[in-house]
Amino acid sequence: MACNSSGCESGCYDREKENGNNVDGGVNQESVCVKCKCNEPMTFGDGGSDDGRFCTDCFRNNVFGKFRLAVTSHAMITPSDNVLVAFSGGSSSRVALQFVHELQIKALKNYEASRDRSLPVFGVGVAFVDETAAFPTLSKEMIDAIEWIRSTVSSLSPPAKDLHVVPIESVFGSDSLEARDKLVKLLDSVADDTGKEDLLQHLKMLSLQKVASENGYNRLVVGSCTSRIASHVLTATVKGRGYSLSADIQHVDARWKVPIVLPLRDCVRQEITRLCVLDGLKTVELACRSQCGINDLVSSFVAVLQEENPSRECTIVRTAAKLTPFYFNKIPETDDSNVPLATQRRLKRFNLKYDGSMTTEAFCPICNGPLNRSDSSDLDTFEDCHESDVLYAACCSSCRFQILPQDGSSLEQFSSFLPDNMISQVKHQKVDSQAYLREKIKDCLLLDNEDEVV
Amino acid sequence: MEAGEAKSKKPRGPRLCCICNQRRPVLKRPKTLQQICRECFYEVFEEEIHQVIVKNRLFKSGERVAIGASGGKDSTVLAYVLSELNRRHNYGLDLFLLSIDEGITGYRDDSLETVKRNEVQYGLPLQIVSYKDLYGWTMDEIVKMIGLKNNCTFCGVFRRQALDRGAALLKVDKLVTGHNADDIAETVLLNILRGDIARLSRCTSITTGEDGPIPRCKPFKYTYEKEIVMYAYFKKLDYFSTECIYSPNAYRGFAREFIKDLERLRPRAILDIIKSGEDFRIATTTKMPEQGTCERCGYISSQKWCKACVLLEGLNRGLPKMGIGRPRGNLNGDHKKVTKAGATAKSIESKQCGSLDF
Repeated sequence: MACNSSGCESGCYDREKENGNNVDGGVNQESVCVKCKCNEPMTFGDGGSDDGRFCTDCFRNNVFGKFRLAVTSHAMITPSDNVLVAFSGGSSSRVALQFVHELQIKALKNYEASRDRSLPVFGVGVAFVDETAAFPTLSKEMIDAIEWIRSTVSSLSPPAKDLHVVPIESVFGSDSLEARDKLVKLLDSVADDTGKEDLLQHLKMLSLQKVASENGYNRLVVGSCTSRIASHVLTATVKGRGYSLSADIQHVDARWKVPIVLPLRDCVRQEITRLCVLDGLKTVELACRSQCGINDLVSSFVAVLQEENPSRECTIVRTAAKLTPFYFNKIPETDDSNVPLATQRRLKRFNLKYDGSMTTEAFCPICNGPLNRSDSSDLDTFEDCHESDVLYAACCSSCRFQILPQDGSSLEQFSSFLPDNMISQVKHQKVDSQAYLREKIKDCLLLDNEDEVV
Repeated sequence: MEAGEAKSKKPRGPRLCCICNQRRPVLKRPKTLQQICRECFYEVFEEEIHQVIVKNRLFKSGERVAIGASGGKDSTVLAYVLSELNRRHNYGLDLFLLSIDEGITGYRDDSLETVKRNEVQYGLPLQIVSYKDLYGWTMDEIVKMIGLKNNCTFCGVFRRQALDRGAALLKVDKLVTGHNADDIAETVLLNILRGDIARLSRCTSITTGEDGPIPRCKPFKYTYEKEIVMYAYFKKLDYFSTECIYSPNAYRGFAREFIKDLERLRPRAILDIIKSGEDFRIATTTKMPEQGTCERCGYISSQKWCKACVLLEGLNRGLPKMGIGRPRGNLNGDHKKVTKAGATAKSIESKQCGSLDF
């Protein structure tokens, strides 16, 4: 079954075409690259469907082309940007870092060659989240990994890139001991394994956001590939997060202070690992993930499906991409005086079709997922009650179940451990919903401010 | 066993049902892992279904409702519970059993015996519609002609129409089927895996076909398969549990296995998948095929001929592969090429022929 998608890398479309040509092509076609028809194709021996079809250059250009298309068609990186690459040491983020680096080198060349030097070169930084506080047993591996990352990043210059090693507990405050203590207590109060894993993931994102905004970055590049996103589609479905799913899987996610971009969304894991092998990109995997939760079960399910049909991951992501995205799934318009008007106009912005009436203002304070109105309707009934009740009401149903403790007193305690910006979001949201209600009845209000009545 | 941990912290002692706190618990409720007694299980099981019926306004008083009855566990429990609730809560429904006789020796003839016993046990009038009467072919004859490949396509297409025709014979207003929560969760997943956004948007609705001749609804939408089995077991209901001889479900598909694994890890996952399915942000502008009627038999069809007539024509002309697989060009043209499309998806789903859970 051909999947008829340009993003699909299973090669089934080409294969069908090739079958058609077989009559005149014959046997000798097998030993040349199907694209350039001159070089010898690469064989990886990894059982992939398009193994031995492309030569090194064509394969590389193909993957990089998908990356570049994603970057340009969504205005992910513009000349005046300062981009932070989230680097875990894994193969996807390694490739993302490499590609961003190549893009930067090219921009630098253009800059030096141009006469008026009107287009600045975008800046690149690298961030690594140190999770030692959450996994004390991994502290030695973590130290080695950080050392390795330091050397990797420094080898990627010029242009020089800042490396930010962020301890995950940094979101809890500046006092490292106290913050670490809070993190451990917070994680310990989550009973569900999957919930713990997800909470850690949310905290990781918060730390990345924190370091990005503190250091003046305006984009966060995350290297999630198709395979990773396919697993996310299914885990989100299984956790009852169908409403917020479409927010997570778009190329751009600007609900955060620093917009997140996913330039490798259209590349499957197999391509990425192949590229690492080809280019000799070294990676480091830290065994942080648990082996027994929902997330793990879903990943192995997707792996089985992918084996059965090499385009399955693409199909899953494509299905989810058909869901209506949110208003924040595009880079916000800016009046940037640093970029010439012509360039600004040239920037393609993917015109997302989203239904204006489907916008939401409320986000879950834990996972930052947009809330379905039907789930969050009881928010206003909690006027003057405990903070923990408000927290419960403000969360999405999935976080309520798998992260929040079920009984009142431990919930109270749990909310006292939460980082300040999660808590502040709860309060913020209450004000927001008040403002929303006010907006609705605005035309009937006589005074601009209720306080004036008294 | 994530959810189990939270529950097991309860104080020990002479263990009692955690709903009534009086009787000894005899079972762990699959949906919530609560340890409850038999009486409380019956009560929560029936009450949940009652709430689903009331909240979704599935029925109006005075309606005639057919229960698609295969003799299998789902439809048997459905018939039992529905007649019970109808009596208890005065729904004011006229209930009927509707069975389809596909003509499968050694399977359907036996399960029909079960349905006939149910007719007496529950006092519900039974209507049997057979493929032989409607189409002139039994499944046995079809299989003899086309072999064991694609036979489920015939059976499925014919059954859909046969149910509607049977319902028309009974002059009912609605048809209820025994699809359970596991079935629906599986369908949601399969539609994601296949990229079928149109079906994904409708597969979680509790009532379907409201624009068609007879609306169908699924009162067991939120009922776990395991609880249905448990209910049938404790109530000692008379049901038939053999699988179709032409589609031995020994291989139960990745998706079903996956759901069972999920359920073990987190029982709530099944409900969460259904919730996700309901909450997906799908633009309502999806193009729907225009509905017309079949020129040959008058049944609803988006094409010149309905699918059943195309398949039937193929059988009668000795071209059994007609209409199977992905249509290329004019569906109602002459001989159709068989594509592999029909066979590819098989390995990931479980009930290819919907072993009579319709």
